[in-house]
Amino acid sequence: MAYEKVNELNLKDTELCLGLPGRTEEIKQEQEVSCVRSNNKRQFEETLDDEESTPPTKTQIVGWPPVRSYRKNNSVSYVKVSMDGAPYLRKIDLKTYKNYPELLKALENMFKFTVGEYSEREGYKGSGFVPTYEDKDGDWMLVGDVPWDMFSSSCKRLRIMKGSDAPALDSSSL
Amino acid sequence: MNYFPDEVIEHVFDFIASHRDRNSISLVCKSWHKIERFSRKQVFIGNCYAINPERLIGRFPCLKSLTLKGKPHFADFNLVPYEWGGFVLPWIEALARSRVGLEELRLKRMVVTDESLELLSRSFANFKSLVLVSCEGFTTDGLASIAANCRHLRELDLQENEIDDHRGQWLNCFPDSCTTLTSLNFACLKGETNVAALERLVARSPNLKSLKLNRAVPLEALARLMSCAPQLLDLGVGSYENEPDPESFTKLMAAIKKCTSLRSLSGFLEVAPLCLPAFYPICQNLISLNLSYAAEIQGNHLIKLIQLCKRLQRLWILDSIGDKGLVVVADTCKELQELRVFPSDIHGEEDNNAAVTEVGLVAISAGCPKLHSILYFCKQMTNAALITVARNCPNFIRFRLCILEPHKPDHITSQSLDEGFGAIVQACKGLRRLSVSGLLNDQVFLYIGMYAEQLEMLSIAFAGDTDKGMLYVLNGCKKLRKLEIRDSPFGNAALLADVHKYETMRSLWMSSCEVTLGGCKRLAQNSPRLNVEIINENENNRMERNEEDEREKVDKLYLYRTVVGTRKDAPPYVRIL
Repeated sequence: MAYEKVNELNLKDTELCLGLPGRTEEIKQEQEVSCVRSNNKRQFEETLDDEESTPPTKTQIVGWPPVRSYRKNNSVSYVKVSMDGAPYLRKIDLKTYKNYPELLKALENMFKFTVGEYSEREGYKGSGFVPTYEDKDGDWMLVGDVPWDMFSSSCKRLRIMKGSDAPALDSSSL
Repeated sequence: MNYFPDEVIEHVFDFIASHRDRNSISLVCKSWHKIERFSRKQVFIGNCYAINPERLIGRFPCLKSLTLKGKPHFADFNLVPYEWGGFVLPWIEALARSRVGLEELRLKRMVVTDESLELLSRSFANFKSLVLVSCEGFTTDGLASIAANCRHLRELDLQENEIDDHRGQWLNCFPDSCTTLTSLNFACLKGETNVAALERLVARSPNLKSLKLNRAVPLEALARLMSCAPQLLDLGVGSYENEPDPESFTKLMAAIKKCTSLRSLSGFLEVAPLCLPAFYPICQNLISLNLSYAAEIQGNHLIKLIQLCKRLQRLWILDSIGDKGLVVVADTCKELQELRVFPSDIHGEEDNNAAVTEVGLVAISAGCPKLHSILYFCKQMTNAALITVARNCPNFIRFRLCILEPHKPDHITSQSLDEGFGAIVQACKGLRRLSVSGLLNDQVFLYIGMYAEQLEMLSIAFAGDTDKGMLYVLNGCKKLRKLEIRDSPFGNAALLADVHKYETMRSLWMSSCEVTLGGCKRLAQNSPRLNVEIINENENNRMERNEEDEREKVDKLYLYRTVVGTRKDAPPYVRIL
């Protein structure tokens, strides 16, 4: 059983099918292996409710990989940080910060800038710098919207956008 | 033996330390049972709910050392909710009431509170040794009680516990008269350490053989500590800054050179690879090296260090060492007995090229003839590699392979890994512990049932096709004690086929499988000597419904044999049938 690969393209990605992208591929894979197995649907059902389009990766399964939580909590997780206009990127370990204020302060020190005032409604106002991050789905999100733990486990890289590159969220201010 | 007086028999029994052997002795006859009872000093209890403290003390009134394990193994991976159980307080209370002369307490996966530590510290005048592994529920205040009150304390060993650090002065609580420490491990503490107090403590502990520091102990302090304790056998290095000044570095090197007894090295919790060369002079003496928390040391620095460790018997490392690094290990460490390779990329950065593959595993198996225990996290595996490993290393006692992606097949042939694991169990006749992973059908369990005659513990995740898989194991593995299964399609037919089997085992764990509430109920009905626990975290909703759906699948099932019936300390979401 293997993915059909043509020139490294996975044809199943382009297949039209009912249902959310990604899910049917996983299920088909299971069915090819055995007719009787049905257990894995459970976890997919869970992810259907929670996440929209990505099949569950190894990091979204509870308790997997089987590493002691102490070890998981103490492992280093470096993410790249870029600032628009800066000549090179930096790396930080998200585990060393416990909350958003600590992180933002560290970023401010690292890149010598100040971030504006955060509000849920308007994002960061006041300085022209907007901290954003790329999450596991590849989407660019505003830093600060979700609880810290959720952010730190899903953040893959950070980008501090500068004034003109960061369009205002509120279209009326354009 | 009938003609010998009891004292002589007791003296003979003194030479028998293994608790299994002592258990066997006690079954020979009433007289031996009695003699053994009163002479037993060390007791091991693998499941704290299999017996209660009163019965334990009743049978072994002279016990001095107690080992207790609480939560099931999968609790380590967050599969068991907080407050499920495993509380040590009732045990300490009972031991204190009965005036047992407790000297040593070793706990694993238990809930320990400051209250219980305080009680422990005040109740046993001769208390010498406290070892806590993967426990939780206490703070540094509890440690302060131990430090302050246990006058004869020799060992305080904290391994991978979640401890609330109140940044107090617990190290200061060791009285000046405390000079008996042989082992101090506080590597898992997260907060500041009073370095001055630590230095004074080490200076007045001439018998200190094992010292493991936490992050907060900086480089300069390390040099001073090692100078005070050149007799150390076992060192856990704490923080290791980025660019030490030349003077600090020189001092450190001088201190390390004096530690000619050092055999075991660990820690490096925050690392500067530039400082590693300071340890080169003692590498040739090392038999144990644990760099599994040193995430910042890159492969090439690791390799340079390991190349000097020719006597290494135990190596714990991160997969950042890469296959190349494992080849170096295979070439260098000919005495290697135990290897653990942990994943460095737990949080899912996709582009991790440095991880290890089957290549590294095969190299190790070829190069290290004494290897008997392995834990290996890797991206991919092949049947061919496993077959080669089995041929190279028939002496495995523990073989735990974790392919990071569930259901991943042989990456070359795309087949399941049944044949590979089958080769392992067939060749390794002494195999006692096995963890399987990757794409697996029922066939692998047929092999396990047929060949793994000494198997005591089996861990299964995302594997198997039908109930037959589980049945092969239950029917075949006569010595099976612990079986833990997650996300596999085994259901009631397998669960109920041989209920008596579970009384020969310590425990069974099944989560996200196909067993239903009805199946579990039937199991519980027929088994008075088993506790059948169902953990349903959304239990609150279900309890309110009047009709229970017996066809409903159970989230988590944990069953274990016991002689004391159902426990009274379970939280509401744990249902004991």
